[in-house]
Amino acid sequence: MDTVAAFFKWLKAAHGINLTIGYDAFDRARFLGGLLATVELSALCILFSVAIGLAGVWLQGARNKWLRGAVYWYIQFFRNTPPLVQLYFFYFAVGGVLPRIDGGPPIGNFAWAVITLSFFAGAFNVEIFRSGIEAVPRTMGEAAEALGLTRAKIFFLILLPLVFRICLPALNNNLVNLVKTTTLAYAIAVPELLYVAAQIWSDENNVREMMNVLLVTYVAIVGVLVHAMSRWERAMRLPGFGQ
Amino acid sequence: MNRRLFLGAALAVLAAFAIGAPAEAQQNTLEKIKQRGKLIVGVKNDYKPWGFLDPSGALKGMEIDMAEDVAKRLGVGIELVPVVASNRQEFLQQGKIDLIIATMGDNPKRREVIGMIEPNYYAGGTNVLAPKKAGLKKWADLKGKKVCAIQGAYYNKRVQELYGPDLQAFAGIPEALTALGAGNCVGFVYDNTFIESTLAAGDAKWKDYEMPLVTEDEQPWAVAVPLPELNGPWGEFMKKVSVEWHKNGTLLALEKKWGIKQSPFLAEMNKKYKG
Repeated sequence: MDTVAAFFKWLKAAHGINLTIGYDAFDRARFLGGLLATVELSALCILFSVAIGLAGVWLQGARNKWLRGAVYWYIQFFRNTPPLVQLYFFYFAVGGVLPRIDGGPPIGNFAWAVITLSFFAGAFNVEIFRSGIEAVPRTMGEAAEALGLTRAKIFFLILLPLVFRICLPALNNNLVNLVKTTTLAYAIAVPELLYVAAQIWSDENNVREMMNVLLVTYVAIVGVLVHAMSRWERAMRLPGFGQ
Repeated sequence: MNRRLFLGAALAVLAAFAIGAPAEAQQNTLEKIKQRGKLIVGVKNDYKPWGFLDPSGALKGMEIDMAEDVAKRLGVGIELVPVVASNRQEFLQQGKIDLIIATMGDNPKRREVIGMIEPNYYAGGTNVLAPKKAGLKKWADLKGKKVCAIQGAYYNKRVQELYGPDLQAFAGIPEALTALGAGNCVGFVYDNTFIESTLAAGDAKWKDYEMPLVTEDEQPWAVAVPLPELNGPWGEFMKKVSVEWHKNGTLLALEKKWGIKQSPFLAEMNKKYKG
C-alpha cells in the first residue's frame, strides 16, 4: 500500500495530478464507499425494475379493467416525468408527510432512491416486455391454451422464455440507462459515486482529476453490466428463431 | 466576416480587462471624510443581526453600531451603503465607500486587493442547527448520526474526520433545511453566524431548534480600508479603533446587545488586549 501511496504522491509532486484517493486514506475510504453504494443501488434497482416490469406486463393482460387502467397510469406518470423531479418529489414532498417513526421518517434517502429509480425504470420495462409479448405469434398462446394450460402457465412457461429472448437488447439498453441514472441520487444526498467525488473535489480542489476518475469508473461499471448481458443474450439465442 | 467581427469583439473585451484597473489618484481618505463631514460605510442589509432592515426600514445591527461608533470618533456624520459580497471590494477600490464592515471573511486572496484591518473584529465558525429534543451536547454526539450539510462547504471534511457524522450534503440551504425539518437528519452543520441569524429571525418554524455546540474552526472577519491606505493615516486610525473595541469590551457588549452567542474569539481578544 505504501508504494501505491508513494506513487500517487509522486504523481502530484512531479505532474500536478492530484489523485487524493491514491494516498489519502480518508478520501480513498469515501471513494470506495461511493463505489459500493453505486453498485448496491444499481443491483437493487435492476432487480426491482425487472420484477416491476414483469408484474406490470402480467397485469396489462388482466381481465379486470381497473388493474389494466392502474398499470396504464403508472406508466404514464413515471415515463412522462424526469427522474430527478421524481426523486425530489418522493424524498421531500411524499417523505415529508409520512408519519414519523421514533421521530424520524420511515424511509431514508437510499430507500427512496431504490424505490423511485426502480419504478422509473420499471415503467419502461413494462413497455419493453409488452413489445416482446406482442412479437410472439398469437398462435403460440392459442396452442398452449388448447393444451389446457392456465394463464399463469402460459405466461411463465410459453411466453416469458420467448419474450426474454426477443427483448433482451432493449432491456439491456434500459438497464444501462438505469445504472447511469443512479447518479441522480446525488440530489437527495445518497453517498454514491458522483456524490463522494463532488465531496472530494470540493475539499481537495482536484475537480479535473476526479471528473476523469468518475468517467473511467462508470465506463468500467457499465462495461461489466453490458458484458454480462451480452453473454446472457448469446446463451439464450435460439438458432433459427425469427427467420 | 462575422467570425472576424466576433474575434475583434472578444479581443476588445480581453484588452478591457487587461488595462481595466485605472491608476486612481489616491488621496488621504481620512482628510476626505473630514472635509465632506461624513463617513460612508458599506454594510449588509440582509444578515440579521449584523446588518438588517428593521420593520420601519432603517438599517440596524451590530455592524451598524460599529460604523456609527467610527463616525462618532471622527466627529462626522454617517452614510450607510448596502453592499453584497460580490460588489463590496469594488465599491471600496473605486472610492464609493470609505470602509467595509459587512461580515467579510479575512483571507490571503482578499488581502491582495483590499486592506484588512487587524485585529479582526469577529470570527465565524462551524456549528450545528438542531431540534432541542435531539439533545446534542458536544460534537462527539454526532458520531454515526445523520447530519445535513451543504455540498462543497469547506468544513465538511474536517467535521467528518474529527467526529464521524454521516453527512447528508445537499445542493442548497433550502433543501438542507427541509430535510432537517422533515427529520431526515439530527442537525444541520453550517456557519454559526447563519444559524444565529436564522434563530434570531424569530420564525416559528425554528422555535424548537437550537445551536447546541461550541463553535469551532473559526475564520476571522475584518473591517477593510482601501489597500494603499492600509498603512497610511486612515488604516492606522482604524487599527487603533479595532484595538480599542477589543480592549474596552465594546465588541463583547455589542455581541450581547444583539443576542449573538458569545464567541470565544472575542473573549480571548478582550483578555489579550486588557492583559
